[in-house]
Amino acid sequence: MSEHEYTPKSKVGKWFNDRLPLLTLANHLTDYPTPKNLNYWWTFGGILTFCLITQIVTGLVLAMHYIAHADMAFESVEHIMRDVNYGWLIRYIHANGASMFFLAVYIHIFRSLFYGSYKSPREIIWIIGIIIYLLMMAAAFLGYVLPWGQMSFWGATVITNLFSAIPLVGEGIVTWLWGGYSVDNPTLTRFFTLHYLIPFLILGLVVLHIWALHVPGNNNPIGIDIKKPSKDTVPFHPYIVIKDGFALLMFMIVFAFFVFYTPNILGHADNYIEANPLVTPAHIVPEWYLLPFYAILRSVPDKLLGVIAMLSAILILAALPWLDTSKIRSAVFRPLYKQFYWILVADVLILGYVGAMPAEGLYLLIARVATAYYFLHFLVILPVLGFKERTIPVPLSITEPILGGSPNLATAKNKDSLNNQ
Amino acid sequence: MKNFIRISLLIILIIGSQLNSNAAEKIEYLKTDWSFKGPFGKFDRAALQRGYQVYTEVCSSCHSMKYLSYRNLVQNGGPEFSEAQAKAIAASFEVKDGPNADGEMFLRPGRLSDKFVMPYENEKAAQAANGGAYPPDMTVLAKARGGGVDYIYSLLQGYEDPPAGVTLDDGVYYNKYMYGNKIKMSNQLSDGLVEYSDGTNATVEQMAKDVTTFLMWTAEPHLETRHRMGFKAIVYLIILTVLVYFSMKKIWSRIETEV
Repeated sequence: MSEHEYTPKSKVGKWFNDRLPLLTLANHLTDYPTPKNLNYWWTFGGILTFCLITQIVTGLVLAMHYIAHADMAFESVEHIMRDVNYGWLIRYIHANGASMFFLAVYIHIFRSLFYGSYKSPREIIWIIGIIIYLLMMAAAFLGYVLPWGQMSFWGATVITNLFSAIPLVGEGIVTWLWGGYSVDNPTLTRFFTLHYLIPFLILGLVVLHIWALHVPGNNNPIGIDIKKPSKDTVPFHPYIVIKDGFALLMFMIVFAFFVFYTPNILGHADNYIEANPLVTPAHIVPEWYLLPFYAILRSVPDKLLGVIAMLSAILILAALPWLDTSKIRSAVFRPLYKQFYWILVADVLILGYVGAMPAEGLYLLIARVATAYYFLHFLVILPVLGFKERTIPVPLSITEPILGGSPNLATAKNKDSLNNQ
Repeated sequence: MKNFIRISLLIILIIGSQLNSNAAEKIEYLKTDWSFKGPFGKFDRAALQRGYQVYTEVCSSCHSMKYLSYRNLVQNGGPEFSEAQAKAIAASFEVKDGPNADGEMFLRPGRLSDKFVMPYENEKAAQAANGGAYPPDMTVLAKARGGGVDYIYSLLQGYEDPPAGVTLDDGVYYNKYMYGNKIKMSNQLSDGLVEYSDGTNATVEQMAKDVTTFLMWTAEPHLETRHRMGFKAIVYLIILTVLVYFSMKKIWSRIETEV
């Protein structure tokens, strides 16, 4: 795990460490050589760890007071909001925490896309990340069902019904998921169980995500391989710890603003109406973080193909390390990719917007164009770009001044090899 | 620092697009200044007490308030009736209790610990008495409608004669703020309907405002604590952020790299 042998100074420490090398691990984590040029986009990994722990801790407390029963769930949430000491605070942190978690994860993912962090040798980190993201969506969806409001109930109905699109066995699967012939008490109790389970799966995967990260080390804004440890790196503690801490505090201010001053703005008003199987809400809308995928789902006229498109939109990300054929990681040195990157960001924001709108008329047309472009970006633009793009020469190290026509032999070589590609 | 501005801009953009999409069907609601809005917002104690009066005398004959207990009327940040007042209020309702030692259900005067007495036995009875429409429970109503308090405030004053060409069935009324404009609740408020014990002139506007304030409190009984705590939490975080910022500058100055 570590490049150099570490021996604890104290006798007891040495005795313990010989039997369980926890101190070696702690030493590895504090000394871990990190590129010194990491910018604030890199602080979201730490922020996400904070989000996960916050969700688990607040979730545990909520589970002590929540009752997973179709007749009592809504009331028990009101009990938490009214009678449990600071129950309102715990619940608002948990509910807004989900949104904050996704906000951070989207920034984290788009940072990866910009700086090419998914490329060799970091494919496994990236794929574990995609699995974590999928589990997060599952956990968020399951959690949204638990208060048993109108959106909970009808959201659960719509999403579980997607499985009925599977030929032959679809209907059977839906009945199996529900534990009956409609979303009802058995559905709620199993959703609660799974909602409790998934965060711990995520936690385990986060450990693997970080472990896999510590093998090649962090990517960095200029996307080059660096020697570790060297003049290009700083030890994780205190340099990165304090920087992550500062960014986390900024993030917490935004978080606190939502929790204390607009705790319900990211939720849907209908979820304060108790679930009623006989009344369908006028518009069934998922939470904001699922809207782009919801837009993709609805933009395809066929149900099965729609579900396939929606799933592919996420799974295509797992193939990204092989779809992107460029050897250069960072978009800083890829002028064309940089432009397509920002078009993709805009495309996803547009998908999110039309996902919240009724699927008709102009909105539907926009959703279709945006969906087509989304796939075009990954399946056509990225693979072709790797061969066609004239990239900017990459510096050899972080400490070396940026090129600007420096007669450096090594970089000149580098330039040639790039142009020949 | 440039990155910071970018990150903040992105966050604003994402949140902005979300807020925009929520405001898809914008209706201009009647506006009034709510004392509980804003980071330092507090409930107007007198308005809450008047609002409670309007609720009890007007709304409560059809609308339940099932998550509220009489003891809540005493609690800090609410109408803050005195304990004696709240006990008297509770005692004025008959609560079904039991079974007693003989296995019989019996009626007794309400206590502080009781939940608000429901106007109907169950949802079906409520529907039967109201032409098939269920008068929604009012406890969290202010959070359960898109426009929130502005919507409720407007709806109470939004009754009009239907425009030409709109025919209404029996027991259906025209309200310009209702979704679809058709509502099964008739206009409930008229000037002087209740006699406020504090002598306030009971205009329709006044009653609508008071009862809506009351409904905001029933939906968010801890709103005042939340606002107070939020201010402290954010001030604390800002101070800590500044301190950590300078510590970071100092630590990074050792390696002469700009943070």
